[in-house]
Amino acid sequence: MKATDLRGKTAIVGVGLGGLPGVLNAAPNRSSMEIQTEAVHQALTDAGLKPSDVDGLFTGSSHAFMPALSTAEYLGIRLKISDTTMIGGSSFVGHLLPAAMALQYGLCDVALICYGSNQGSGFGKLKSMSEPQTYEAPYYPRHPITSYALAAARHMHQFGTRREDLAEVAVAARRWAQLNPLAFARDDLTIEQVMASRMVNDPLSKLDCCLVTDGGGALVLVRSERAKDFPRPPVYMLGTAMAHWHRQISSMPDLTVTAAAESGPRAFAMAGLAPADVDVVELYDAFTINTLLFLEDLGFCAKGEGGAFVRGGRIAPGGSLAVNTNGGGLSCCHPGMYGTFLLIEAVQQLRGEAGARQVDNAHIALCHGSGGVLSSQVTALLGDASTL
Amino acid sequence: MTNAFNGPGPDAVFAAALAEGRFMLQQCDECKKYVFYPRVLCPHCGSPELAWQFASGQGVVYSTTVVRRKPEQGGDYNVALVDLSEGPRMMSRVDGIPPHEVSIGLAVCAHIIDDPKKGKLLVFTPAQGGVA
Ligand SMILES: [Zn+2]
Repeated sequence: MKATDLRGKTAIVGVGLGGLPGVLNAAPNRSSMEIQTEAVHQALTDAGLKPSDVDGLFTGSSHAFMPALSTAEYLGIRLKISDTTMIGGSSFVGHLLPAAMALQYGLCDVALICYGSNQGSGFGKLKSMSEPQTYEAPYYPRHPITSYALAAARHMHQFGTRREDLAEVAVAARRWAQLNPLAFARDDLTIEQVMASRMVNDPLSKLDCCLVTDGGGALVLVRSERAKDFPRPPVYMLGTAMAHWHRQISSMPDLTVTAAAESGPRAFAMAGLAPADVDVVELYDAFTINTLLFLEDLGFCAKGEGGAFVRGGRIAPGGSLAVNTNGGGLSCCHPGMYGTFLLIEAVQQLRGEAGARQVDNAHIALCHGSGGVLSSQVTALLGDASTL
Repeated sequence: MTNAFNGPGPDAVFAAALAEGRFMLQQCDECKKYVFYPRVLCPHCGSPELAWQFASGQGVVYSTTVVRRKPEQGGDYNVALVDLSEGPRMMSRVDGIPPHEVSIGLAVCAHIIDDPKKGKLLVFTPAQGGVA
């Protein structure tokens, strides 16, 4: 038995969103559970299933202590297995692994991955249960941006990365968002505007930071052998791998190298693929520096060359590599934890249902989740039926 | 007996030393590497044999940021990661120069100050001679 045995054995047969502009309801005064459940309803409807069909639950929350119990009770469902491994925003990409294992071993037949938050309307600014770090807290780092600013500053020092390169990431995300009717931020944006926005933690300005919005996402997974019984084209999990090396930024060995340098190659190995095979890339862009670090660590360019790589609109619509095609956390949505949205956008691209932002001939997608302060890294490769 | 399972925990020992104006680091008896933050097991080799040593207080800024804050709330301040000459890295801040003048590569030395809110606090100032 080996990790590669999981390649192609699990299929995503339903996806759903909640709490975004243009989805069922983006009104204020909706609880996190209500937003999450809207996404769950959409995903189950997409799969032609009812809540009672779900017998495995994989979820997480930044405000609920026992989110699996709350979610299952709210949905009125009885579960055979649940998992709420909490490694930050990457958790939901990470949930692919226990979900795939539980399905493969027959511990459940229909697995639901879900998340929802009213962070934008409900409590306005970043809030989480995240515990203060004893040896960092006395210096008042602003969580989480100070940590990312320290990483960006080091990358600029070591490789000559410029603020314009970071701004290029924000502008590319915005140009994708302008093609996505569900994105929160769709106004025109230039590199000059990003550069001129209010500095928050040098070198990161306000427009280097992700949005703070409401939002929910849900996915329904089954064993691949029955994937064709569902109404929508199945999307298969080809490889997923996790790595984490630190919790707090002061314990990160090298601020220019994330554990994506380990999760990426392992996920590619499971899938039997290489970066050149990937048609569409979804990276967790909590801050603009993330996109550069992950493009490097995942092998789309060499270490230190992320800034040069993104110049000239290379990751924007019409560029040579389609990155964060929904607009990302920077311009689509970021309700506290973004992991589900990476997967859902990839599924929509691989199904060919992404509308104006559809990438031509998209057969293989890479989703990369990051959690904590560049701490937990999870890479997933998804493919359509042609990739099995 | 340096075994970190004996007596008060390393967090408490570190804090008590700091309260008396001393900056202490653990050094592993097995692999000889220094350890920060304080632990009961060496994160390099897993040994519980950790001995307390006086830190040199010498270090180099590994990365730095200015946390922007409105003047009426106290103004901008520095947060830095400092690589200690013994090896470990820690979060701190560099005092004695404006926050935006703190630069990567700056040689710094430790000071223990009385912080109005945090009590004894370990901070750094530029070392004599500047760049490491
Ligand atoms: Zn040791």
